[in-house]
Amino acid sequence: MVDELLIPIAADVDVVTARQRGRDLAAETGFSSGDQTVIAAAISEIARNILNYAKRGEVVLSVVTNGDRQGVVVVARDQGPGIRDVARALEDGYSTSGGLGLGLPGARRLMDDFDVASTVGKGTIVTMKKWRRMNA
Amino acid sequence: MEVPILKQGHYLIASIQSALTDADLSQLREALIERVGRFRARGVIVDVTALDVMDSFAVRTLRDIAHMARLRGAETVIVGIQPEVAFAMVQLGLTLKGVSTALDLEEGLLFLDHQAQLRIERGTGGTGRLDRG
Repeated sequence: MVDELLIPIAADVDVVTARQRGRDLAAETGFSSGDQTVIAAAISEIARNILNYAKRGEVVLSVVTNGDRQGVVVVARDQGPGIRDVARALEDGYSTSGGLGLGLPGARRLMDDFDVASTVGKGTIVTMKKWRRMNA
Repeated sequence: MEVPILKQGHYLIASIQSALTDADLSQLREALIERVGRFRARGVIVDVTALDVMDSFAVRTLRDIAHMARLRGAETVIVGIQPEVAFAMVQLGLTLKGVSTALDLEEGLLFLDHQAQLRIERGTGGTGRLDRG
């Protein structure tokens, strides 16, 4: 894996930086402008979750190739309080921060692969990928 | 980055020029609600043409602006949502339900004029406010 991009998340301006870097990486990888927007929106949601729940953390962006597919990989890591009930956190409208409760479930709908690993008291890692077929 | 707010007749036009942080969006909300009173505005247009992403915080803030402005006697219309942005919003589950939208600034102004006309026909006056000299 090459070209790993790490964006520390500690303030609301970092959320903007993360989603802009994600959009740029998606554009360089050949994603359509529609998919670039989708990836940027998903990054915005999970980066904001870091701020809201853990105060600080990081977003790591990279590109992977799998056969004839190429994907943008977004990993959002924090050492915050963790998610007690991941299944519940993935339901629309469930929020413990007073938000709309669409961040995690919304990001999951936007991306192709979506995984949440969380340990209460240790932190949360969200890994999500968006794929595109490489043209000949 | 502060969003410029222009006054045109009875309307306020907030034209977003670049990506906004959550704090910028909150500041826009406060500024608009304050100016609705200061300028006795009857309509608010928020032009989001330049926004390349609308996430849940942005949508919640726009919805709050529309609801707060209505409580202050002004109608709000959001204009300029780009096609890709609309697609991502729907996937996220963000529909802006209960908030008026229009294609662009021109349509937004027509919409507000039409709303004002409807209020006059209903006999409820400009905003339902008593105009005291």
